[in-house]
Amino acid sequence: MTAVDAGDLRASASRLFRRKQLAGFGLLAGVVLYLAYAAFAFDIAGLLGRARWENAVVLASDSWSYKTHVERQHRSGEIEIAIEGERRGTYPPGQAPDWIGLGDMVTVNLGHGATARLLPGNVTELEIPGYGSARLALEGRNISNDFGGVLPAWVSASDKRVMVTLPGARVTMTPARTEIFRYFFGWDLFWFTLDSPYFGHGTGEILFGPRLDPARGNIAGAAHDWWTNAVWHHKDVAWAICETILMAFLGTFGAALAALPLAFLAARNFTPVWLVRGLFRRVFDFIRGVDSLIWTIVLARAFGPGPLTGALAILVTDTGTFGKVFSEALENIDGKQVEGIRSTGANALQRARFGVLPQIVPVLASQVLYFLESNTRSATIIGAITGGGIGLLLTQAMQTQKDWEEVAYYIVLIVLMVMAMDWLSGKLRAALIGRGSGH
Amino acid sequence: MSDLAHAPAGAIRDSYMAELRRRRLYGGLALLVFAALMAAGFQTANDRNAGGFLDGLHRIGDYPAMVLSEAWEKRAQLPGKLLEYLPDLVETLNIAAVSTLAGAMAGTVLAFLSIPGLAPWPRAVPLFRRLMDLMRAIPEIVIALMLIFVLGGGPVPAVIAIAFHTAGALGKLFSEVAENADAKPVEGLASVGAAWGQRMALGVLPQVAPNFLSYALLRFEINVRASAILGFVGAGGIGYELKNAMSWGPGRFGDAAAIFLLLFGAIVAFDQLSGHVRRRLVEGSRT
Repeated sequence: MTAVDAGDLRASASRLFRRKQLAGFGLLAGVVLYLAYAAFAFDIAGLLGRARWENAVVLASDSWSYKTHVERQHRSGEIEIAIEGERRGTYPPGQAPDWIGLGDMVTVNLGHGATARLLPGNVTELEIPGYGSARLALEGRNISNDFGGVLPAWVSASDKRVMVTLPGARVTMTPARTEIFRYFFGWDLFWFTLDSPYFGHGTGEILFGPRLDPARGNIAGAAHDWWTNAVWHHKDVAWAICETILMAFLGTFGAALAALPLAFLAARNFTPVWLVRGLFRRVFDFIRGVDSLIWTIVLARAFGPGPLTGALAILVTDTGTFGKVFSEALENIDGKQVEGIRSTGANALQRARFGVLPQIVPVLASQVLYFLESNTRSATIIGAITGGGIGLLLTQAMQTQKDWEEVAYYIVLIVLMVMAMDWLSGKLRAALIGRGSGH
Repeated sequence: MSDLAHAPAGAIRDSYMAELRRRRLYGGLALLVFAALMAAGFQTANDRNAGGFLDGLHRIGDYPAMVLSEAWEKRAQLPGKLLEYLPDLVETLNIAAVSTLAGAMAGTVLAFLSIPGLAPWPRAVPLFRRLMDLMRAIPEIVIALMLIFVLGGGPVPAVIAIAFHTAGALGKLFSEVAENADAKPVEGLASVGAAWGQRMALGVLPQVAPNFLSYALLRFEINVRASAILGFVGAGGIGYELKNAMSWGPGRFGDAAAIFLLLFGAIVAFDQLSGHVRRRLVEGSRT
């Protein structure tokens, strides 16, 4: 090779390099431009202005903690202690958790060394570590305080309202009432509600301790009270999970059963008539194109809300997908096996059963199982639209915008459910492929 | 083997038949259990549904017929309606495109972080794998609904929700592809002192780009459908308009029909387009 040749080669190589470089940077520039356009089209700036970040704080703190309210009505002097301020979480009169001392003077331990005392005469005394004591009192129709002229950063005070925010607790006094919130880690009443005799007892005590309810055994009683918990509805949640899995199961396998015979009609080697073949292929394309959202809407009108509608929506959509996938698998089978069966004088059905099915079943079953997992997720979403399963519970809990601990609970359950289905379908697929290769 | 050679043909046949019978029995039993599960599941679903299967079956065509007949009466308005809802379709497509782009980028990084031979921190590989499992397991609707609470309705919650799921799903597929990439370019780049990012971008990415692109296109098809569904729960785009038109009921079925048509057309068009491009990509990488 001469020097001139090498020079030419280098020139052409660097031209190629430059072109590739240009193409690479052009692609990058295109992506950046598109994202800039999208940021403009989605109105990101306006969105950031409209976002309610306090909602995010509420969501984050409420999902892993709960608060207990201690409330005194100033007119009647009545004191109410309730978890999350809910009726179902209210302690009966005369009962209180151990961090509250009842009597003429109600002592509330606020945690972190702070204490609040509700004295007669609508006076509230606070002991705050690192600060000292403070006194709030209702005088006439105003609230007086002795914080002095310069308020600490954690106090906001006016004549009509004094609010003291402490780590893990909050005290608010208005002319009508005094409210104390104390925050705790965890989900309130998750195991037992207050009316259950097992509330406040540990696992060891329930398993091995003396009988807490004379009418029934501890384990059976505790299981029953947990199962019928009126705040968390464990029974309904379990049913909802079952419904969602049922939708995915019925939809996926129903679709596989419906698509299998139809796939023969859309495969080139089994249906030589192109009119029939083309017709079935277009039907599959149409079903897939209409999409599960529209099928869900149409079917919900006919069958009403519930798991059957969701199952049928998945079934119809996936019949289209499976029909396409199965017919492609059928076109790729080995024709020799079918010839062999034919030579024994078998009819079309027997040829399909002994010549075709053994070849495609492992492939198809693996596909179907793969869809089972993804359909569990779809069933959650479809359930939110048709009104069935855990998807419905999730949207309902979100729409009330207050029970974020329930939302967190459902999310954890959904993730566990999907992961379990993923694991199960993976195991079954592995077993199937192992058996298939063992032949 | 020698035992078999001396055994009488009848014994071999008997043992084969016994084997066959056992196989058929197990197969039949499995089929029976499956059929029973299907029947029981169907019965349960039917009982818990608001309307029964048999009651609803003859009503299946009512709603489409209602929509179609009203749309037919107003067929003169249809082109106008199609134009009216075109921007919403574009928004849905934008949601799908942006979330696929973002998800593919995040998925690429996650994939490289979770391949033992390529990861910069080999000890963290299981961590990133579990992270991807978790990201895949969370349905889009969960994140979308939470973000709608914070950010308000609109396309951005849908983008983030779909991108999150896409990153997990594509990350897994990408890592399976990149695992089989040739290590020599990476070693060569390492020998001239390239940093980890450079080794990945210049050594691995060019090898796997066609497969990555093919998976990303497939994901885009899926995400167009997902963004339409998320619109239905309040995250903007054509799904949101469809919900509005639907809940209005008769009188706006013309709008509903136009939206159906747009959505159907878009899904079919993008399926065909991406299928064509993917076939070319795969064939190109083979030669």
